[in-house]
Amino acid sequence: MSITRPIATTRSATGIPTGKLAVWWVVGSEIVIFGGLLASYVMHRLGHPEWAEYASHTNTWFGGLNTFVLLTSSLFAVLAHYAAEHGDGKKAAKWLLGTCAGGLLFLGIKAVEWTGEIQHGYTITANGFWHFYYTAAGLHALHVIAGCIIMLIIANDARKGKELHRVELIGIYWHFVDIVWIFLFPLLYIAK
Amino acid sequence: MAEAGTADTHGADAHDAAHGHHAQSFLSKYIFSTDHKMIAMQYMFTGIVMALIGGYMSYAFRMQLAFPGESVPGYGVVSQGEYNSLVTNHGTIMIFWVAMPMLIAAFGNYLIPLMIGADDMVFPRINRLSYQIFLISAIILVVSFFVPGGGFGGAWTAYPPLSASAEYNLTPLGATFWLVAVALEFVAFLLGGINFITTLMNARAPGMKMHDIPMVLWMIVIASILFMASVGPLIAGAVMLFMDQVVGTGYFDPDRGGDPILWQHLFWFFGHPEVYVVLLPAMGIVAEIICTFARKKLFNYKLILYTAFATGIISFFVWAHHQFVAGIDPRMANVFTITTLIISVPIAEMLFLYIATLYGGSIRLTTPMLWALSFIAEFLIGGITGIFLGASGSDIYFHDTYFVLAHFHYTFFPIAIIGFFAGITYWFPKMFGRMMDEKLGKIHFWGTIIAFNFIFIPLFILGAAGQHRRIYNFQNFPDLAGMQDLRVIATSALLVMLVFQVIFLFNFAYSLFKGKPAGKNPWKANTLEWTADSPPPHGNWPELPNCYRGPYEYSVPGREDDYWPQDVPPDTAPAE
Repeated sequence: MSITRPIATTRSATGIPTGKLAVWWVVGSEIVIFGGLLASYVMHRLGHPEWAEYASHTNTWFGGLNTFVLLTSSLFAVLAHYAAEHGDGKKAAKWLLGTCAGGLLFLGIKAVEWTGEIQHGYTITANGFWHFYYTAAGLHALHVIAGCIIMLIIANDARKGKELHRVELIGIYWHFVDIVWIFLFPLLYIAK
Repeated sequence: MAEAGTADTHGADAHDAAHGHHAQSFLSKYIFSTDHKMIAMQYMFTGIVMALIGGYMSYAFRMQLAFPGESVPGYGVVSQGEYNSLVTNHGTIMIFWVAMPMLIAAFGNYLIPLMIGADDMVFPRINRLSYQIFLISAIILVVSFFVPGGGFGGAWTAYPPLSASAEYNLTPLGATFWLVAVALEFVAFLLGGINFITTLMNARAPGMKMHDIPMVLWMIVIASILFMASVGPLIAGAVMLFMDQVVGTGYFDPDRGGDPILWQHLFWFFGHPEVYVVLLPAMGIVAEIICTFARKKLFNYKLILYTAFATGIISFFVWAHHQFVAGIDPRMANVFTITTLIISVPIAEMLFLYIATLYGGSIRLTTPMLWALSFIAEFLIGGITGIFLGASGSDIYFHDTYFVLAHFHYTFFPIAIIGFFAGITYWFPKMFGRMMDEKLGKIHFWGTIIAFNFIFIPLFILGAAGQHRRIYNFQNFPDLAGMQDLRVIATSALLVMLVFQVIFLFNFAYSLFKGKPAGKNPWKANTLEWTADSPPPHGNWPELPNCYRGPYEYSVPGREDDYWPQDVPPDTAPAE
């Protein structure tokens, strides 16, 4: 489904490549979505001291391990970008697959963690804290899944040496997903 | 003096060949097109259809208010539940499926590439996806009327706990369909907005500097940025409300530690900037039109631009004026009163600058110009009545009365309806290559404007007398029952206004096929879209234009013509 790219797409009046500009605007719009959700959570948390007791039932070890996994996958995304900048599409594709594997491992750990919590009765309807816990982490997990799918498509192109500039773009998005987790982890797991 | 025609003397280049060779099937040309002009048309016609649906709803509930309990011709008896659904969805449709697609998406898609001298948007396929998501959202909303339980009736602001629990709103499916439709509509406009912003930032014609960009594009892009920055919290809120409705959480349920006021904050943090999201494009359309038909340079381009930015920024600090009676701290109410009164300053300033543009111009009262001037006059009434509502003291009296209703119809009607008519009558020759009929256009204009005032001035009076919104039958309230005459006047005026829209639809269809051929530049305007063929072909120009000056060089001393198109190189410029 090749489509003739309009001349408009190739112009760059600001000097910033169009694709990169668009990804930053996507990140900007995502920041306000997560910002709204987390601000709502923080306001509730301040108004409900008893939530600290609910939060103590989260598993900081699982959360910490997931933080490590996600940060490592971000490193792979950087290495993919480095390879792509040097024109090595095959290597970039490999690193992207590594990043994607990190994302899947993250989701796997999350699945184990949530299964345990749900078995203990801490379901999404249990109380206000658990509403936010599952909604915020769930919305984040959806972003991880979306990132993995896009990454596989880009890796497939990069393997053939095509569209190498996109490796950097997915990297920007992946770092953003990572940073959201950096906010979620202390807010949901550590804050007592 | 050669002006508009210079571009097509150039031969076809590689670009033309790339666009010209494939014959398109009906589906790929009209339904799955990635061409920005076709997507603009799709948005516009979807918006017109939704406007007709929304207008039909207002007909049904206004008839119920004027003649309570009687069968409405073409609808039947309006039940209490249906009444709630009708007013809720009338508001939702008119804002999210009429004002947004017509002003931002239709004009944005059509004008941005043409006015910056590009062949398309920078992401044509994202553009198509944006429309497809929008279309799905429109279909979901219309379908919500026919699901068991009927359409959502909890008002367009969807305050919980009414909206959160089917026990209260009695529309278990309608409420969820409504919420999903609104959320999808937001996604569509986020995608479209990213495309608009990046296109304007990156795809401008060589030579087009920041201050050479036509004002309407600035306004559409500032509006897209405002939308993007404000809608996030409401998307988060929509996710939370959806969970409350479907999964059974209690985010907004006070019995379970939730907070219904939180929704109001999330909603209005978006909802108030949203007013400016739709206002700014309409202001931009008006700016283009008054410059063209007053043959004058826009008075202080930069000040208007900075004013628009200021409006955008201040609009993020006014939202709680919708919540003065929701139990917020009175000290907080003071703060929001002050910010709300401050935001009227840049808007008033903008209107003054428009009037200054008119001063001393050679004004031609064409149909688009009449619409543009009426925008200034009618919006002014909307703005001034807003002062009463922004001040917390008087708002406590006026809150949720017909005064509020009449106020925001005096803002949204000029924005969505007058703004659209101004834009479509102005750019119709470019879009379809033919002129609209001026006589029919003027009859339609006067009929619509006079009827509009006869609808809403009575509602101001009713509101000041204490008539509350969202009430099914005022005959049940002895204090209010006596003012039935005013309600009948408003409803009659609505009927007149709806009948006059038939003239517009006839004029539109007639001019589409039988109108006088327009040529490239019927209004003798400067901006780049008037240098393309009417209607512009796929790819817009055989060779993309360059830009040499600002968009409003009208009546420049020493030139034979009273206009100076942006694409005419300076060395050929002096007339002699």
